[in-house]
Amino acid sequence: MATVKDFRNNVRPNWCPGCGDFSVQASIQRALAALGKEPHEVAIVSGIGCSGRISGYINTYGFHGVHGRALPAAQGLKLANRHLTVIAAGGDGDGFGIGLNHFMHAVRRNMDITYIVMDNQIYGLTKGQHSPTSAHGFEAKTTPQGNIENAIIPTQVALGAGIGFLAQGFSSDVNQLVQLIEQAIQYRGFALVNVFSPCVTYNKINTYDWFREHVYNLDQVPDYDPTDRAAAMQMVVKTGGLATGLIYRDDSRVPYEDQIPGYPERALVEEDLTLSGEIFQNALKQFA
Amino acid sequence: MLEQLSWKVGGQQGEGVESTGETFAIALNRQGYYVYSFRHFSSRIKGGHSNDKVRVSLKQYRSIADYTDVLLAFDQESIDVNVQEVRQGGVVIADSKFNPTAPEHVRLFSIPLTKIAEECGSAIMKNMVSLGASACLLGLPINTFREVVEERFLRKGQRIVDQNMEAISRGFNYMRELGGADPQFALRPADGTRRLFMMGNEALGLGALAAGARVMPAYPITPASDVMEYLIKQFPKVGGVVVQTEDEIAAINMTIGAAYGGARAFTCTAGPGLSLMMEAIGLAGMTETPVVIIDTQRGGPSTGLPTKQEQSDMLAALFGTHGEIPKIVLNPATTEECFTVVGKAFNLAERYQCPVIIMTDLQLSLSKQTTEPLRLEDVVIDRGAVASEEDLAAAAGGEFPRYRLTDSGVSRRVFPGTKGGLHHVTGVEHMETGRPNETAGNRKQMMEKRMRKLQGVEIEDSVVRTGDESPDIAIVGIGSNIGAIAEAKEWLQRDGLKVAHVHIHAILPFPKRQLQAALSGAKQVVVVENNATAQLRHLMSFFGVDCPNAHSFLKYNGQAILPVEIYEFCKEMN
Repeated sequence: MATVKDFRNNVRPNWCPGCGDFSVQASIQRALAALGKEPHEVAIVSGIGCSGRISGYINTYGFHGVHGRALPAAQGLKLANRHLTVIAAGGDGDGFGIGLNHFMHAVRRNMDITYIVMDNQIYGLTKGQHSPTSAHGFEAKTTPQGNIENAIIPTQVALGAGIGFLAQGFSSDVNQLVQLIEQAIQYRGFALVNVFSPCVTYNKINTYDWFREHVYNLDQVPDYDPTDRAAAMQMVVKTGGLATGLIYRDDSRVPYEDQIPGYPERALVEEDLTLSGEIFQNALKQFA
Repeated sequence: MLEQLSWKVGGQQGEGVESTGETFAIALNRQGYYVYSFRHFSSRIKGGHSNDKVRVSLKQYRSIADYTDVLLAFDQESIDVNVQEVRQGGVVIADSKFNPTAPEHVRLFSIPLTKIAEECGSAIMKNMVSLGASACLLGLPINTFREVVEERFLRKGQRIVDQNMEAISRGFNYMRELGGADPQFALRPADGTRRLFMMGNEALGLGALAAGARVMPAYPITPASDVMEYLIKQFPKVGGVVVQTEDEIAAINMTIGAAYGGARAFTCTAGPGLSLMMEAIGLAGMTETPVVIIDTQRGGPSTGLPTKQEQSDMLAALFGTHGEIPKIVLNPATTEECFTVVGKAFNLAERYQCPVIIMTDLQLSLSKQTTEPLRLEDVVIDRGAVASEEDLAAAAGGEFPRYRLTDSGVSRRVFPGTKGGLHHVTGVEHMETGRPNETAGNRKQMMEKRMRKLQGVEIEDSVVRTGDESPDIAIVGIGSNIGAIAEAKEWLQRDGLKVAHVHIHAILPFPKRQLQAALSGAKQVVVVENNATAQLRHLMSFFGVDCPNAHSFLKYNGQAILPVEIYEFCKEMN
């Protein structure tokens, strides 16, 4: 059985020392090992940005596509092979800026994939512009006098779009993050784990310390019921989107793959592609 | 007696123009005639003039006629808009309801189509009454339509079938009483051979099914949507899936994801969607992921003419993506070729591990036409270089060299889920293992590896030449213009000119050698295309085809090219 070590490769990330993404990388590796997955059974599909490089830093199949389109590529991959564990990953710009449209529709479509967003409220790779999750008033290279736009609150957007599994983690709480990623992968349907993953170079506001002071850890709220959507909605509003832990889970959802008429149990990649003469002749009748 | 007939039905969009035309066309196709139909419609659901022009003949013409013999009009506008193309002594059949008037060069038959239909049970059957009147004029028995009527209406009950047949019969009789049974309009009987009748989009869908396509993410757009609508009905039989995505960017990226996963995946769009897909087409080229993209060209730019004919995406298809990738662009011309081209595109995509764009145009995609038998054995599946057990064993313990440098430039693919095949894929410049690497030496050798795949390659039968040797005129065409050119060629030959028809079926890799050979000895060359800037002719010159006496026949008003227009253009040159 594969161990955490088997999910490590010898590629050194080009992240800055102290970057929150290291914890996300380690958490994914631990979660995959804990779930008994083998490296070849997993594919990580990522977008563009510092965090988008993560698909190259974990010893699984990895696909690093174009900016903002990790989710469409991940969904295509899942359709080709429904037995793969497919994880999409990227940053807040990738997922909630250029790719927000795809996020909303991936939620709605509900394929059995896990989406991990490393949310640092800044554009790091392009060196310090504000991001869609930057707060109002946030000063960055492109908001020198403070951000005059409001932030997207990922957990609120996800719940609003009707997500079936929603969790939020924080890079400095790796134990919780591993648990959340494990649950997200096990969940049969589209699961989001939004991770507060501080940028130590460009974001001097939303630092590790800032998050430690501001997150609201649901693990410490014994009577919180993550199966109650209204309560979840209230929680993400009340906390301004800073609740961490398992926020919402609905196990009654049926994933997209299970609803496709005639879609085989076997992975499409293993199917014989030869069309039967009978189906072909029947298809011709329509045009006769 | 008529050897061929040009028949047209016009009315307000949504009042049954299309179903009238289709019933007529299918019925005649089943008599053994060759039928070619072209719809004129607008980007709206109800209202606005629309018409369906149908050509019926004893030999195949893949083009509408220049003129109309018979015009069926459901309103005065249909007469006003179309009567100028009705030939001297041609016939207009119109509903008495609107007191139709027509110029003197035509014979007008005013028939109470709506009133007769109401007497038969419902006003909507006026189209059947009009078909009956047409049948009388053309000397066709009313039973010509029975089979089609039964197929359309039997599920609603025998009574509805009887009412519709009654409407046809009453229309027939009314026309006869008006003296409308005219021997000079009688169609020479056909041989009764049953052939297929379909549009290019349906042939593409069927071709995709035969080619083993299993994933089709797409966003609805005119004139492409029929392909996804067709496959969504067929795919459950083979376990495939059509996903209606949120946009074309999602469609192409999902296609790439599925192709990376090992499925045969493709998408289908028109110009605006092709523009949105450009970045990801570059990703497919860079990651050597075999995807197929169908572009059903329509009038551009921007929203342009969404329901009209144009061939103006050629340069975009070739040069639209930033950076440099190997790419293949195929240009089918007929429904038969639409059927086989999808399998061919997948085979090429997987053999060369690059994106393949299939370009049709609105006329080819939407014109329903008589189609020669389609054979499943004409579609073979060749998945190209895929890692064997030995390849996987050789890579054991390390990373699989997905982008191994080879003489051909093609490296073996391995699909996610395969044990021993772990590797990275990225749109960033990368090494043999797929790991990012931006060094100058690596960049140069990987760029050369990718570009090597198609170096010197010309796709077989990219150019098909027919006609005379050492011609006075060689007419070069692409896509659906094949029919108009073939007909113009015959007329010019009848006038004593030596003419060749050179049709291009792939523009990338540009078939320079094939085209040069096909044009050799031609005194003059006319390049026929549906765009304003002579894209095809410029490509010929860009890729170094030597043809000094080249002229452009261009049409960019949204309408199909007519044989007479090419004919007159060539006559003026000589």
